[in-house]
Amino acid sequence: MFSKKNLKLLSNPLGDDNPITVQVLGVCSALAVTVKVEPAIVMGISVMVVTAMANLIVSLLRNTIPSRIRIIVQLVIVAALVIVVDQVLKAFAYDVSKQLSVFVGLIITNCIIMGRLEAFALGNKPWASFLDGIGNGAGYGMILIIIAVVRELFGAGSITLPGIGEIRIVPQVLYDMGYSNNGLMILPPMALIVVGIIIWVQRSRNTDLIESN
Amino acid sequence: MEELINIFVKSIFIDNMVFAYFLGMCSYLAVSKTVKTSVGLGLAVIFVLVITVPVDYLLTEYVLGPGALSWLGESYKDIDLSFLSFIMFIAIIASMVQLVEMIVEKFAPALYASLGIFLPLIAVNCAILGGSLFMQEREYTSVAQATSFAFGSGIGWFLAIVGIAAIREKIKYSQVPAPLRGLGITFIVTGLMGIAFMSFMGIKL
Repeated sequence: MFSKKNLKLLSNPLGDDNPITVQVLGVCSALAVTVKVEPAIVMGISVMVVTAMANLIVSLLRNTIPSRIRIIVQLVIVAALVIVVDQVLKAFAYDVSKQLSVFVGLIITNCIIMGRLEAFALGNKPWASFLDGIGNGAGYGMILIIIAVVRELFGAGSITLPGIGEIRIVPQVLYDMGYSNNGLMILPPMALIVVGIIIWVQRSRNTDLIESN
Repeated sequence: MEELINIFVKSIFIDNMVFAYFLGMCSYLAVSKTVKTSVGLGLAVIFVLVITVPVDYLLTEYVLGPGALSWLGESYKDIDLSFLSFIMFIAIIASMVQLVEMIVEKFAPALYASLGIFLPLIAVNCAILGGSLFMQEREYTSVAQATSFAFGSGIGWFLAIVGIAAIREKIKYSQVPAPLRGLGITFIVTGLMGIAFMSFMGIKL
């Protein structure tokens, strides 16, 4: 069940096969929700649930779906799962659901999900596909949380966690000494630059990933 | 009329799909290696947005929204089907893309050949679904407003992808640090373009 091969499915997307920084999938809805840590965590979990369940269902059906209409079948499965996630968020985490606004719906067209369905679930057994979905969702969520921590820490001097609320990290003493928050961090373009820097760091450590140009 | 122009300009520059909301980033990053292909994709996005957003607007107004079914009679006026909007929108987008593809193939073979693979791929471009969802969230009040918003956002996306493609063509000749080559520098350049576009903020006609 948790053989070495299956564990690799879980751990690879966290590092050298990360969906955002290496496979370049799912950047679309990722960056806009990273102003605060709380929505980033909720978004990461939602994507993980949808990717894992969609991978599982498509993998179960993989021998019955005619390949000609597979895209539309996949879209319908994903859309149904996203509706469930959206309704659950609206019922149990209304504030976060408001902050995420259209980006919950945009999970449907998140390239990670379609990419993993096409590249993995259509050719592998259900359990392996499920683990692959969890792994990729976690890899996506991890990058989201890193970006959100950097942006919220430098942009607002705090970290917001679900269930706990805002925690001030930068002490008042520093503000009294003249430190001020970097307002640029809260604006959309900084998300892109933070991702650029994460890619830079990752590729300096692992030179195999460097593109030839 | 003034309202329409306002929405149009706002959706090109201030609420730009790429720089303000990161929509359609996947194809934006994947297809921006040369200017020629990015022009093709940009045109296809404008085209599909202008068709799908008004259709989705009508769908929200007369089928899905709260009380939208009241034209069927008194007893239907409490029905709210808005939880179905994701699945309906994606179905409309997928079928519209198919339809547009067939029409373009029949009547404009040259355009069809130049758009090539991009046309079917647009069905899963987040900019298209995002356009419909933003239209629903911002509560535009007429088809004209929805169309103007769709056209504006399409042009904004077009400008963004053509701009980055032109920059990437030139960047090939520069000395980029090895780990940043390709993806990394594209992200950073997009961020800088986003900062440039922010100077439009606050413009109101």
